[in-house]
Amino acid sequence: MSEINGYERKNGKFGIRNHVLVLPTVSCVNGVINRISREVPEAACVTHAHGCGRGGLRDLEILFRILSGLVHHPNVGGVVLIGLGCEVSNTKRLLPLIKETGKPIKVLNVQEDGGSLETAKKGVAATRRILSEISSQPRVALPWDKLLIAMECGGSDATSGLTANVTMGAVSNWLVEKGATVIFGENTEMIGTAHVLARRAKNVEVAKQIEQMIERAEKLAQDVMGNLASWVISPGNMDGGMSTIAEKSMGCIFKGGTTTINQVVDYGEAPSEHGLILQDGPGYDGDSMAGLAASGSQLMFFSTGRGTPAGFPLLPVIKVASNTRIYEVMKDDMDINAGSLVEGQPLNRLRTEMIDLMIRVINGEKTKAEVNGLDVFTFMTVHPPF
Amino acid sequence: MKDNILIIHSRDNVAVALRRLDVGELAIAKGIDGFPALEEIPASHKIALRDISGGEEIIKYGEIVAVSTRDIKKGEWVHTHNLESKQWKK
Repeated sequence: MSEINGYERKNGKFGIRNHVLVLPTVSCVNGVINRISREVPEAACVTHAHGCGRGGLRDLEILFRILSGLVHHPNVGGVVLIGLGCEVSNTKRLLPLIKETGKPIKVLNVQEDGGSLETAKKGVAATRRILSEISSQPRVALPWDKLLIAMECGGSDATSGLTANVTMGAVSNWLVEKGATVIFGENTEMIGTAHVLARRAKNVEVAKQIEQMIERAEKLAQDVMGNLASWVISPGNMDGGMSTIAEKSMGCIFKGGTTTINQVVDYGEAPSEHGLILQDGPGYDGDSMAGLAASGSQLMFFSTGRGTPAGFPLLPVIKVASNTRIYEVMKDDMDINAGSLVEGQPLNRLRTEMIDLMIRVINGEKTKAEVNGLDVFTFMTVHPPF
Repeated sequence: MKDNILIIHSRDNVAVALRRLDVGELAIAKGIDGFPALEEIPASHKIALRDISGGEEIIKYGEIVAVSTRDIKKGEWVHTHNLESKQWKK
Protein backbone atom coordinates (compact mmCIF):
# COMPACT_ATOMS: atom_id res chain seq x y z
CA MET A 1 0.00 0.00 0.00
CA SER A 2 1.44 3.36 -0.99
CA GLU A 3 1.84 6.18 1.51
CA ILE A 4 -0.63 8.47 -0.25
CA ASN A 5 -3.23 7.98 -2.95
CA GLY A 6 -5.53 10.03 -5.14
CA TYR A 7 -7.44 10.26 -8.40
CA GLU A 8 -5.39 10.30 -11.58
CA ARG A 9 -6.61 12.81 -14.18
CA LYS A 10 -6.28 12.41 -17.95
CA ASN A 11 -3.80 15.32 -18.11
CA GLY A 12 -1.41 13.54 -15.73
CA LYS A 13 -2.43 15.53 -12.63
CA PHE A 14 -3.73 13.91 -9.43
CA GLY A 15 -6.64 14.96 -7.25
CA ILE A 16 -7.15 14.04 -3.61
CA ARG A 17 -10.92 14.56 -3.86
CA ASN A 18 -13.33 13.67 -6.66
CA HIS A 19 -15.80 16.55 -6.68
CA VAL A 20 -18.47 17.46 -9.18
CA LEU A 21 -18.13 21.22 -9.44
CA VAL A 22 -21.34 23.18 -10.13
CA LEU A 23 -20.12 26.64 -11.12
CA PRO A 24 -21.89 29.81 -12.31
CA THR A 25 -20.15 32.00 -14.87
CA VAL A 26 -21.78 35.08 -13.33
CA SER A 27 -23.46 36.04 -10.06
CA CYS A 28 -26.84 36.58 -11.83
CA VAL A 29 -27.36 32.79 -11.88
CA ASN A 30 -26.29 32.06 -8.28
CA GLY A 31 -29.92 31.22 -7.49
CA VAL A 32 -29.82 28.37 -10.00
CA ILE A 33 -26.72 26.98 -8.29
CA ASN A 34 -28.49 27.21 -4.91
CA ARG A 35 -31.46 25.23 -6.28
CA ILE A 36 -29.10 22.52 -7.55
CA SER A 37 -27.29 22.53 -4.21
CA ARG A 38 -30.54 21.86 -2.31
CA GLU A 39 -31.33 18.90 -4.59
CA VAL A 40 -27.79 17.48 -4.80
CA PRO A 41 -25.97 18.50 -1.60
CA GLU A 42 -23.07 16.11 -2.29
CA ALA A 43 -21.99 18.22 -5.30
CA ALA A 44 -19.51 21.09 -4.84
CA CYS A 45 -21.90 23.94 -5.62
CA VAL A 46 -20.05 27.23 -5.65
CA THR A 47 -21.43 30.76 -5.96
CA HIS A 48 -19.57 34.04 -6.42
CA ALA A 49 -20.09 37.77 -6.95
CA HIS A 50 -18.30 38.14 -10.29
CA GLY A 51 -18.56 37.49 -14.02
CA CYS A 52 -19.63 40.84 -15.45
CA GLY A 53 -19.54 44.59 -15.02
CA ARG A 54 -15.77 44.92 -15.02
CA GLY A 55 -13.95 45.75 -18.24
CA GLY A 56 -10.33 46.33 -17.20
CA LEU A 57 -7.89 43.90 -18.81
CA ARG A 58 -6.41 42.84 -15.48
CA ASP A 59 -9.85 42.06 -14.03
CA LEU A 60 -10.77 40.05 -17.15
CA GLU A 61 -7.50 38.12 -16.97
CA ILE A 62 -8.16 37.25 -13.31
CA LEU A 63 -11.83 36.38 -13.92
CA PHE A 64 -11.07 33.89 -16.69
CA ARG A 65 -8.02 32.46 -14.92
CA ILE A 66 -9.91 31.80 -11.69
CA LEU A 67 -13.04 30.32 -13.30
CA SER A 68 -11.05 28.09 -15.67
CA GLY A 69 -8.64 27.27 -12.82
CA LEU A 70 -11.50 25.80 -10.78
CA VAL A 71 -12.73 23.77 -13.77
CA HIS A 72 -9.20 22.43 -14.33
CA HIS A 73 -8.66 21.82 -10.60
CA PRO A 74 -7.30 18.29 -9.99
CA ASN A 75 -9.76 17.70 -7.13
CA VAL A 76 -12.61 18.13 -9.65
CA GLY A 77 -13.75 15.02 -11.53
CA GLY A 78 -16.62 16.58 -13.47
CA VAL A 79 -18.26 19.97 -14.01
CA VAL A 80 -21.70 21.48 -14.49
CA LEU A 81 -21.22 25.02 -15.78
CA ILE A 82 -24.21 27.34 -15.52
CA GLY A 83 -24.12 30.50 -17.62
CA LEU A 84 -26.60 33.30 -18.20
CA GLY A 85 -25.81 34.28 -21.82
CA CYS A 86 -25.09 38.02 -21.99
CA GLU A 87 -22.34 38.16 -19.34
CA VAL A 88 -18.66 38.99 -19.95
CA SER A 89 -17.44 35.54 -18.88
CA ASN A 90 -20.17 33.71 -20.82
CA THR A 91 -19.72 30.05 -21.62
CA LYS A 92 -18.74 30.75 -25.26
CA ARG A 93 -15.74 32.75 -24.07
CA LEU A 94 -14.95 30.35 -21.24
CA LEU A 95 -15.22 27.09 -23.22
CA PRO A 96 -12.03 27.50 -25.30
CA LEU A 97 -10.11 27.73 -21.99
CA ILE A 98 -11.58 24.51 -20.60
CA LYS A 99 -11.67 22.31 -23.70
CA GLU A 100 -8.90 19.91 -22.78
CA THR A 101 -9.70 18.87 -19.24
CA GLY A 102 -10.63 15.29 -20.11
CA LYS A 103 -13.49 15.59 -17.59
CA PRO A 104 -17.22 15.27 -18.21
CA ILE A 105 -18.57 18.83 -18.50
CA LYS A 106 -22.20 19.88 -18.95
CA VAL A 107 -22.82 23.45 -20.07
CA LEU A 108 -26.21 25.16 -19.60
CA ASN A 109 -27.32 28.74 -20.20
CA VAL A 110 -30.36 30.24 -18.50
CA GLN A 111 -31.20 32.47 -21.50
CA GLU A 112 -31.20 29.44 -23.84
CA ASP A 113 -32.23 26.54 -21.63
CA GLY A 114 -35.69 27.70 -20.58
CA GLY A 115 -35.09 30.15 -17.74
CA SER A 116 -33.86 29.56 -14.21
CA LEU A 117 -36.25 26.80 -13.07
CA GLU A 118 -35.82 24.73 -16.21
CA THR A 119 -32.03 25.24 -16.17
CA ALA A 120 -31.91 24.19 -12.50
CA LYS A 121 -33.90 21.03 -13.37
CA LYS A 122 -31.50 20.18 -16.21
CA GLY A 123 -28.58 21.07 -13.94
CA VAL A 124 -29.78 18.67 -11.23
CA ALA A 125 -30.07 15.85 -13.76
CA ALA A 126 -26.62 16.57 -15.20
CA THR A 127 -25.02 16.81 -11.74
CA ARG A 128 -26.52 13.45 -10.70
CA ARG A 129 -25.42 11.82 -13.94
CA ILE A 130 -21.82 13.07 -13.65
CA LEU A 131 -21.68 12.14 -9.94
CA SER A 132 -22.60 8.59 -10.78
CA GLU A 133 -20.26 8.55 -13.80
CA ILE A 134 -17.17 9.47 -11.75
CA SER A 135 -18.08 7.63 -8.54
CA SER A 136 -16.44 4.39 -9.68
CA GLN A 137 -13.04 5.99 -10.29
CA PRO A 138 -10.58 4.23 -7.96
CA ARG A 139 -7.87 5.86 -5.87
CA VAL A 140 -4.37 5.00 -7.05
CA ALA A 141 -0.85 5.60 -5.72
CA LEU A 142 -0.05 9.31 -5.72
CA PRO A 143 3.57 10.34 -6.32
CA TRP A 144 4.75 13.09 -3.94
CA ASP A 145 6.01 15.21 -6.83
CA LYS A 146 2.41 15.50 -8.08
CA LEU A 147 1.35 17.34 -4.92
CA LEU A 148 0.95 21.11 -4.65
CA ILE A 149 0.32 22.19 -1.06
CA ALA A 150 -0.72 25.75 -0.20
CA MET A 151 0.29 27.54 3.01
CA GLU A 152 -2.06 30.29 4.16
CA CYS A 153 -2.56 32.35 7.30
CA GLY A 154 -5.42 34.56 8.33
CA GLY A 155 -6.85 36.15 11.43
CA SER A 156 -3.25 36.22 12.60
CA ASP A 157 -1.94 37.20 15.99
CA ALA A 158 1.60 37.19 17.32
CA THR A 159 1.31 33.48 18.15
CA SER A 160 0.66 32.68 14.44
CA GLY A 161 4.24 33.62 13.67
CA LEU A 162 5.56 31.86 16.78
CA THR A 163 3.89 28.47 16.73
CA ALA A 164 1.66 27.58 13.76
CA ASN A 165 3.70 29.22 11.00
CA VAL A 166 6.99 27.95 12.41
CA THR A 167 5.64 24.38 12.39
CA MET A 168 4.04 24.82 8.95
CA GLY A 169 7.45 26.04 7.76
CA ALA A 170 8.96 22.80 9.06
CA VAL A 171 6.26 20.84 7.18
CA SER A 172 6.99 22.93 4.04
CA ASN A 173 10.68 22.01 4.25
CA TRP A 174 9.74 18.34 4.71
CA LEU A 175 7.40 18.43 1.67
CA VAL A 176 10.02 20.07 -0.56
CA GLU A 177 12.51 17.40 0.54
CA LYS A 178 9.92 14.76 -0.51
CA GLY A 179 9.72 16.30 -4.00
CA ALA A 180 6.36 18.04 -3.52
CA THR A 181 5.66 21.67 -4.38
CA VAL A 182 4.70 24.25 -1.77
CA ILE A 183 3.09 27.60 -2.60
CA PHE A 184 2.22 30.65 -0.56
CA GLY A 185 1.02 34.13 -1.49
CA GLU A 186 -0.21 37.20 0.42
CA ASN A 187 2.18 39.79 -1.02
CA THR A 188 0.92 42.45 1.41
CA GLU A 189 2.25 40.30 4.20
CA MET A 190 5.67 40.08 2.58
CA ILE A 191 6.16 43.86 2.86
CA GLY A 192 9.34 44.55 4.79
CA THR A 193 10.83 41.12 4.04
CA ALA A 194 12.08 41.60 0.45
CA HIS A 195 15.71 41.31 1.56
CA VAL A 196 14.98 38.09 3.47
CA LEU A 197 13.06 36.39 0.62
CA ALA A 198 15.20 37.65 -2.29
CA ARG A 199 18.38 36.17 -0.85
CA ARG A 200 16.68 32.75 -0.94
CA ALA A 201 15.74 33.03 -4.65
CA LYS A 202 17.11 30.36 -7.00
CA ASN A 203 18.64 32.99 -9.31
CA VAL A 204 18.93 36.73 -9.92
CA GLU A 205 15.82 36.77 -12.08
CA VAL A 206 13.60 35.25 -9.38
CA ALA A 207 15.17 37.56 -6.77
CA LYS A 208 14.24 40.54 -8.95
CA GLN A 209 10.67 39.26 -9.36
CA ILE A 210 10.36 38.93 -5.58
CA GLU A 211 11.63 42.47 -5.02
CA GLN A 212 9.33 43.89 -7.69
CA MET A 213 6.31 42.01 -6.37
CA ILE A 214 6.83 43.34 -2.84
CA GLU A 215 7.59 46.84 -4.13
CA ARG A 216 4.26 46.84 -6.02
CA ALA A 217 2.40 45.63 -2.92
CA GLU A 218 4.05 48.36 -0.85
CA LYS A 219 3.28 51.08 -3.41
CA LEU A 220 -0.33 49.93 -3.68
CA ALA A 221 -0.74 50.11 0.11
CA GLN A 222 0.71 53.62 0.11
CA ASP A 223 -1.38 54.80 -2.86
CA VAL A 224 -4.58 53.48 -1.34
CA MET A 225 -3.99 54.20 2.34
CA GLY A 226 -1.61 57.17 2.33
CA ASN A 227 -0.27 57.97 5.79
CA LEU A 228 -2.11 54.99 7.21
CA ALA A 229 -0.15 52.54 5.04
CA SER A 230 1.94 51.33 7.95
CA TRP A 231 -1.26 50.02 9.48
CA VAL A 232 -2.19 47.59 6.69
CA ILE A 233 -2.46 45.15 9.51
CA SER A 234 -5.88 44.92 11.09
CA PRO A 235 -6.68 46.27 14.59
CA GLY A 236 -7.04 42.66 15.76
CA ASN A 237 -3.46 41.99 14.70
CA MET A 238 -2.24 44.93 16.76
CA ASP A 239 -4.23 43.91 19.81
CA GLY A 240 -2.45 40.59 19.41
CA GLY A 241 0.94 42.28 19.83
CA MET A 242 2.14 42.89 16.29
CA SER A 243 3.25 46.48 15.90
CA THR A 244 4.23 46.77 12.22
CA ILE A 245 3.60 45.07 8.89
CA ALA A 246 7.25 43.95 8.80
CA GLU A 247 6.80 42.19 12.13
CA LYS A 248 3.62 40.53 10.93
CA SER A 249 5.35 39.71 7.63
CA MET A 250 8.27 37.90 9.28
CA GLY A 251 5.83 35.66 11.12
CA CYS A 252 3.88 35.22 7.90
CA ILE A 253 6.71 34.14 5.59
CA PHE A 254 7.91 31.60 8.16
CA LYS A 255 5.10 29.28 7.01
CA GLY A 256 6.80 28.64 3.65
CA GLY A 257 9.86 27.22 5.31
CA THR A 258 13.42 28.10 4.44
CA THR A 259 14.16 26.35 1.14
CA THR A 260 15.15 27.97 -2.15
CA ILE A 261 12.39 29.97 -3.86
CA ASN A 262 12.19 28.51 -7.37
CA GLN A 263 9.46 30.60 -9.01
CA VAL A 264 7.14 33.56 -8.61
CA VAL A 265 3.73 32.98 -10.23
CA ASP A 266 0.94 35.45 -10.88
CA TYR A 267 -2.37 35.36 -8.98
CA GLY A 268 -4.16 32.07 -9.80
CA GLU A 269 -1.39 30.90 -12.14
CA ALA A 270 -0.19 27.28 -12.01
CA PRO A 271 3.52 26.85 -11.21
CA SER A 272 5.76 25.07 -13.74
CA GLU A 273 8.57 24.52 -11.22
CA HIS A 274 8.80 22.29 -8.15
CA GLY A 275 9.97 23.16 -4.65
CA LEU A 276 8.93 26.43 -3.04
CA ILE A 277 6.82 28.87 -5.09
CA LEU A 278 5.60 32.38 -4.25
CA GLN A 279 2.29 33.68 -5.57
CA ASP A 280 1.76 37.38 -6.33
CA GLY A 281 -1.63 37.50 -4.61
CA PRO A 282 -3.34 39.63 -1.97
CA GLY A 283 -3.35 39.14 1.79
CA TYR A 284 -7.12 38.98 2.21
CA ASP A 285 -7.90 35.35 3.10
CA GLY A 286 -10.79 34.70 0.71
CA ASP A 287 -9.07 36.22 -2.32
CA SER A 288 -5.80 34.54 -1.44
CA MET A 289 -7.37 31.08 -1.05
CA ALA A 290 -9.02 31.35 -4.49
CA GLY A 291 -5.70 32.29 -6.13
CA LEU A 292 -3.89 29.39 -4.47
CA ALA A 293 -6.72 26.98 -5.38
CA ALA A 294 -6.86 28.12 -9.02
CA SER A 295 -3.12 27.40 -9.19
CA GLY A 296 -4.06 23.76 -8.65
CA SER A 297 -3.12 23.20 -5.02
CA GLN A 298 -4.88 20.06 -3.79
CA LEU A 299 -4.65 20.82 -0.06
CA MET A 300 -4.11 23.86 2.14
CA PHE A 301 -2.72 24.44 5.60
CA PHE A 302 -4.26 27.54 7.18
CA SER A 303 -2.95 28.96 10.44
CA THR A 304 -5.00 31.27 12.59
CA GLY A 305 -4.46 32.91 15.96
CA ARG A 306 -7.57 35.07 16.28
CA GLY A 307 -9.60 32.22 14.75
CA THR A 308 -11.23 32.03 11.31
CA PRO A 309 -13.39 29.06 10.33
CA ALA A 310 -13.10 29.67 6.54
CA GLY A 311 -12.55 26.73 4.21
CA PHE A 312 -12.60 26.40 0.42
CA PRO A 313 -15.14 24.48 -1.69
CA LEU A 314 -12.79 22.18 -3.63
CA LEU A 315 -9.88 21.46 -1.36
CA PRO A 316 -9.44 20.28 2.20
CA VAL A 317 -8.20 23.12 4.42
CA ILE A 318 -6.35 22.02 7.57
CA LYS A 319 -6.92 24.63 10.26
CA VAL A 320 -3.91 25.11 12.53
CA ALA A 321 -4.73 26.98 15.76
CA SER A 322 -1.70 28.94 16.88
CA ASN A 323 -2.71 29.09 20.54
CA THR A 324 -4.48 26.71 22.88
CA ARG A 325 -7.11 29.28 23.86
CA ILE A 326 -8.52 29.62 20.33
CA TYR A 327 -8.17 25.86 19.78
CA GLU A 328 -10.44 25.31 22.80
CA VAL A 329 -12.87 28.14 21.95
CA MET A 330 -13.23 27.03 18.30
CA LYS A 331 -12.74 23.29 18.77
CA ASP A 332 -15.18 22.37 16.00
CA ASP A 333 -13.24 24.49 13.51
CA MET A 334 -9.63 23.64 14.37
CA ASP A 335 -7.85 20.50 13.14
CA ILE A 336 -4.63 20.85 15.09
CA ASN A 337 -3.27 22.87 18.03
CA ALA A 338 0.14 24.44 17.46
CA GLY A 339 -0.27 26.29 20.76
CA SER A 340 1.08 23.12 22.35
CA LEU A 341 4.52 24.37 21.27
CA VAL A 342 4.65 27.07 23.97
CA GLU A 343 3.48 24.52 26.53
CA GLY A 344 6.54 22.38 25.97
CA GLN A 345 5.61 20.13 23.02
CA PRO A 346 8.78 19.73 20.90
CA LEU A 347 8.63 21.16 17.36
CA ASN A 348 9.61 17.81 15.81
CA ARG A 349 6.73 16.00 17.46
CA LEU A 350 4.20 18.65 16.39
CA ARG A 351 5.60 18.54 12.84
CA THR A 352 5.16 14.75 12.75
CA GLU A 353 1.60 15.13 14.07
CA MET A 354 0.88 17.62 11.27
CA ILE A 355 2.41 15.39 8.58
CA ASP A 356 0.42 12.37 9.81
CA LEU A 357 -2.79 14.40 9.72
CA MET A 358 -1.94 15.69 6.22
CA ILE A 359 -1.42 12.12 4.94
CA ARG A 360 -4.77 11.02 6.41
CA VAL A 361 -6.49 14.04 4.82
CA ILE A 362 -4.85 13.38 1.44
CA ASN A 363 -6.13 9.79 1.67
CA GLY A 364 -9.70 10.93 2.32
CA GLU A 365 -10.18 11.93 5.97
CA LYS A 366 -12.28 15.10 6.11
CA THR A 367 -11.02 18.30 7.72
CA LYS A 368 -13.26 20.23 10.13
CA ALA A 369 -13.98 22.85 7.44
CA GLU A 370 -15.03 20.07 5.04
CA VAL A 371 -17.27 18.41 7.61
CA ASN A 372 -18.86 21.75 8.52
CA GLY A 373 -19.17 22.94 4.91
CA LEU A 374 -17.58 26.29 5.70
CA ASP A 375 -16.73 27.14 2.13
CA VAL A 376 -15.70 30.63 1.11
CA PHE A 377 -15.25 31.56 -2.54
CA THR A 378 -14.41 35.09 -3.57
CA PHE A 379 -11.59 36.49 -5.66
CA MET A 380 -9.51 39.55 -6.31
CA THR A 381 -10.61 42.46 -8.50
CA VAL A 382 -8.55 45.61 -9.10
CA HIS A 383 -11.02 48.05 -10.61
CA PRO A 384 -14.46 49.23 -9.47
CA PRO A 385 -17.46 47.89 -11.43
CA PHE A 386 -18.97 49.97 -14.23
CA MET B 1 10.76 28.24 36.94
CA LYS B 2 8.79 27.98 33.72
CA ASP B 3 9.68 30.28 30.77
CA ASN B 4 7.21 33.14 30.42
CA ILE B 5 8.89 34.90 27.50
CA LEU B 6 10.16 33.54 24.17
CA ILE B 7 13.35 34.76 22.48
CA ILE B 8 12.96 33.73 18.83
CA HIS B 9 16.45 34.57 17.53
CA SER B 10 19.78 35.24 19.23
CA ARG B 11 20.06 38.67 17.52
CA ASP B 12 16.68 39.84 18.85
CA ASN B 13 16.46 42.82 21.23
CA VAL B 14 12.83 42.04 22.09
CA ALA B 15 11.16 38.87 23.37
CA VAL B 16 7.53 37.76 23.25
CA ALA B 17 5.48 37.33 26.43
CA LEU B 18 3.98 33.82 26.48
CA ARG B 19 1.36 35.08 28.93
CA ARG B 20 0.51 38.43 30.53
CA LEU B 21 3.33 39.72 32.74
CA ASP B 22 2.50 41.96 35.72
CA VAL B 23 4.53 45.01 36.75
CA GLY B 24 7.64 43.85 38.60
CA GLU B 25 7.22 40.20 37.60
CA LEU B 26 10.42 38.46 36.50
CA ALA B 27 10.65 37.72 32.77
CA ILE B 28 12.17 34.27 32.40
CA ALA B 29 13.69 32.43 29.42
CA LYS B 30 16.40 29.82 28.97
CA GLY B 31 19.89 31.28 28.65
CA ILE B 32 19.24 34.69 30.21
CA ASP B 33 19.06 36.13 33.73
CA GLY B 34 15.51 36.92 34.80
CA PHE B 35 14.67 40.64 34.70
CA PRO B 36 11.60 42.52 35.92
CA ALA B 37 8.84 43.75 33.61
CA LEU B 38 8.73 47.53 34.15
CA GLU B 39 5.10 47.68 33.10
CA GLU B 40 2.31 45.24 32.34
CA ILE B 41 3.08 43.23 29.17
CA PRO B 42 -0.01 41.75 27.45
CA ALA B 43 0.25 38.13 26.24
CA SER B 44 2.00 37.82 22.83
CA HIS B 45 3.33 41.37 23.09
CA LYS B 46 6.98 42.38 23.08
CA ILE B 47 9.24 43.18 26.02
CA ALA B 48 12.64 44.91 25.61
CA LEU B 49 15.53 42.50 26.31
CA ARG B 50 17.97 45.37 26.77
CA ASP B 51 18.02 49.17 26.74
CA ILE B 52 17.13 50.41 23.25
CA SER B 53 17.88 54.00 22.27
CA GLY B 54 15.59 56.24 20.22
CA GLY B 55 15.97 55.56 16.49
CA GLU B 56 17.43 52.09 17.05
CA GLU B 57 16.19 49.11 15.05
CA ILE B 58 13.84 46.64 16.73
CA ILE B 59 15.03 43.10 15.91
CA LYS B 60 12.68 40.08 16.04
CA TYR B 61 13.07 36.80 14.08
CA GLY B 62 16.67 38.01 13.68
CA GLU B 63 15.42 40.68 11.26
CA ILE B 64 14.50 44.38 11.48
CA VAL B 65 10.77 44.74 12.14
CA ALA B 66 10.57 48.41 13.30
CA VAL B 67 12.50 51.45 14.56
CA SER B 68 12.10 52.87 18.06
CA THR B 69 10.79 56.42 18.40
CA ARG B 70 12.26 57.01 21.88
CA ASP B 71 14.56 55.43 24.44
CA ILE B 72 13.15 52.15 25.71
CA LYS B 73 14.38 50.58 28.95
CA LYS B 74 15.03 46.87 29.39
CA GLY B 75 11.75 45.40 30.67
CA GLU B 76 9.49 47.98 29.03
CA TRP B 77 6.57 47.09 26.77
CA VAL B 78 7.49 47.59 23.07
CA HIS B 79 4.57 48.39 20.80
CA THR B 80 3.06 51.10 18.56
CA HIS B 81 3.51 53.80 21.26
CA ASN B 82 7.32 53.64 21.14
CA LEU B 83 8.20 52.37 17.67
CA GLU B 84 7.34 53.04 14.06
CA SER B 85 7.38 51.09 10.83
CA LYS B 86 10.63 51.20 8.87
CA GLN B 87 8.56 51.07 5.68
CA TRP B 88 6.51 54.14 6.36
CA LYS B 89 7.02 56.83 8.96
CA LYS B 90 3.97 57.82 10.95
